[in-house]
Amino acid sequence: MQATNILILLFGFGALAFYLGRGRSLAIAAPLGGIRKLHSLPSYYGMHTAFWCALPSLILLALWMIFDEPVINSIVIGAAATDIAPSDTASYNLLLNKIGNLADGVLPRAGQSGSLIAAADHMIYLREISRWSLTLLALVFSAAGLFLGLSRIASGFRARPAVEKVMQNLLLACACLAIFTTLGIVLSVLFESIQFFRSVPVTDFVFGLDWSPQTAIREDQVGSSGSFGAVPLFVGTLLVSAVAMVVAVPIGLMSAIYLAEYASKRVRTVAKPALEVLAGIPTVVYGFFAALTVAPFLRDLGSSFGLTVSSESALAAGGVMGVMIIPFISSLADDVITAVPQSMRDGSLAMGATHSETVRRVVIPAALPGIVGGIMLAVSRAIGETMIVVMAAGMAAKLTANPLDSVTTVTVQIVTLLTGDQEFDSPKTLAAFALGLMLFIVTLLLNIFALHIVKKYREQYE
Amino acid sequence: MSPADTAKPAKAASKPAAKPAVKAASKAKSKPKAKTAAIKTRKAVAPKIKAAQNLDIADHQETVGKSFSDNAKMTMRNINVYYGDKQAIYDVSIDIAKNEVMAMIGPSGCGKSTFLRTLNRMNDTVEVCRVEGDICMDGENLYAPKLDVVELRARVGMVFQKPNPFPKSIYENVAYGPKIHGLADSRVDLDEIVENSLRKASLWEEVKERLHQPGTGLSGGQQQRLCIARAIAVSPEVILMDEPCSALDPIATAKIEELIEELSENFTIAIVTHSMQQAARVSHRTAYFHLGKLIEVNPTEQVFTMPQHQLTEAYITGRFG
Repeated sequence: MQATNILILLFGFGALAFYLGRGRSLAIAAPLGGIRKLHSLPSYYGMHTAFWCALPSLILLALWMIFDEPVINSIVIGAAATDIAPSDTASYNLLLNKIGNLADGVLPRAGQSGSLIAAADHMIYLREISRWSLTLLALVFSAAGLFLGLSRIASGFRARPAVEKVMQNLLLACACLAIFTTLGIVLSVLFESIQFFRSVPVTDFVFGLDWSPQTAIREDQVGSSGSFGAVPLFVGTLLVSAVAMVVAVPIGLMSAIYLAEYASKRVRTVAKPALEVLAGIPTVVYGFFAALTVAPFLRDLGSSFGLTVSSESALAAGGVMGVMIIPFISSLADDVITAVPQSMRDGSLAMGATHSETVRRVVIPAALPGIVGGIMLAVSRAIGETMIVVMAAGMAAKLTANPLDSVTTVTVQIVTLLTGDQEFDSPKTLAAFALGLMLFIVTLLLNIFALHIVKKYREQYE
Repeated sequence: MSPADTAKPAKAASKPAAKPAVKAASKAKSKPKAKTAAIKTRKAVAPKIKAAQNLDIADHQETVGKSFSDNAKMTMRNINVYYGDKQAIYDVSIDIAKNEVMAMIGPSGCGKSTFLRTLNRMNDTVEVCRVEGDICMDGENLYAPKLDVVELRARVGMVFQKPNPFPKSIYENVAYGPKIHGLADSRVDLDEIVENSLRKASLWEEVKERLHQPGTGLSGGQQQRLCIARAIAVSPEVILMDEPCSALDPIATAKIEELIEELSENFTIAIVTHSMQQAARVSHRTAYFHLGKLIEVNPTEQVFTMPQHQLTEAYITGRFG
């Protein structure tokens, strides 16, 4: 049976076990004088039985699916005839692929060597065995679990704490899953980056001022020198982010102050969701808004002042990105401003300060750590933002601080390096991973910094 | 008590009509209808001496005792306060004399804090709150449309229940008021104001070495004295204290009470408190509030030794509250 079918079956068994367990506990309770004679509620006995029935099989299923393929592969290769035995890792993978495809019927068998076909047959045979033994084991496990669970039900059995414990562990498992996923992503990026740094020195990458990720296919190709200096990309990223922050911080902060301090309930109920609509607009929409509306407008405006504005200026991309980030900052700042205790405002107002003096001298300083934290999170958001800059910022890696000029960003370069057909062992492609890693480190540091600030000053007015 | 006596008979005559309907009601509930009728018939204000003794709260309309003063700093007449549709204060009239400590006591929810907050218009910050009646300080109506609330609050300082120093240094906390009101011309002036205020709040000796450390790092009692120093730094005429010791331990409380005693030489003080002992210790006159009504105002000694009204007596003897 397929793993999916087993999964569905197990859930069915779990539900069945729940009703059996619950029914049994009720049956036990009836002669004793009602469910108050039981230690736990009948549903807990049901859940306990369901856990016994389904969880061991589910764990078995998970482990089986992880180890199933590598074990079969190694048995097949180990048993394969010597004439096709692989010599190195690359040919090992190639061979496995070929056998797998033969076994799946993707590759026609005609014209393949006898030993290959034998290996493929061996693989099919092993897979069949694995599948049936998994089905059988899963069924046996859940049946055994069901009987064990049912047999443990007694009036004094403490099902409630047992269920509590299982629940706690399930939650823990989910949390671990999230952490391990993050870890997995980081490690995969890290390994690819290490591979990249084998061909390009770390110092060249981190401090290099020239970015032209072209590698030669032939030795005599023109313009294939391939330099991987990431500085212009990071400068571009910072420039665009800075423009975004210049737009987003004042507007976001002030709208937050207005919403939290001045707006009446009615205005607030309308304005807050309206502002949050901005956060709901897909970034790709912002992207073409920036590229097709804002950038030409800025170029025309610039030329009327006698300025040369590139049609893919950092200003356009950054400005639109800033608009995108406004709701982010305003809703975070709104939260921290509202969290400033009313007693603080009362204290200031009772001193005869006006509302704006109170906001400026007491509320904002008190909320500052939270506001700074929010801004930091917004900065990492801006640095990681991709779609808007892909559409509205340029491709040319220029080392400039002029926002009217066209710049490119780290994220744009990652996109261009990885779209289309690429060979996955050339530095050109691997550079994307290195860029990703650096981007990740930068935003991680910013987040840690932000959280640190928030935490350090959080209790100050408590 | 001059005008009061003359006003009394007319009022007494108008009263009985409202009474019987009200009587049936339970003590906890007030009767808006009958009451407003009664309020309308009532014109001037008067302290009522007797006759209210055996009445239930529901039909109590008169304040017994000596509500008024010849030397009044603040005069309140027929104050009604509403939170939306709910009335919190019913027709309260009272004077606070110059340099007096007026204590306001009463069970929780009786409106004493609300009443206190009408005196510096802190209730303005509550959107649904509405105040009716006349509140005057030195004859100037505090609720006049032209009055500058900001200036008023500089003249009527306030200390809150929970110490609420700003998240700034001790120095900055005290300098806050003088700075926003421009009371100091130079740094030296400001230093002097800060020092004087801290001295008056008897906190100077404890904090003079660490003026530039956060005010929130002080102990609860010190924080509250810091808040008092902050309030007196702008030289107010009246200081309102809303249960200033309810979050403090007995020793800190004793210090604050001592301080109130000293402050009354220079300031007029209105203090709301839950502690009857505290009212007895610090105040000159005591006002007893019950369910939004002012029941009795008398010299403190009299309130605690021979209260005029049965509700006051019930409260101070601990039968409720």
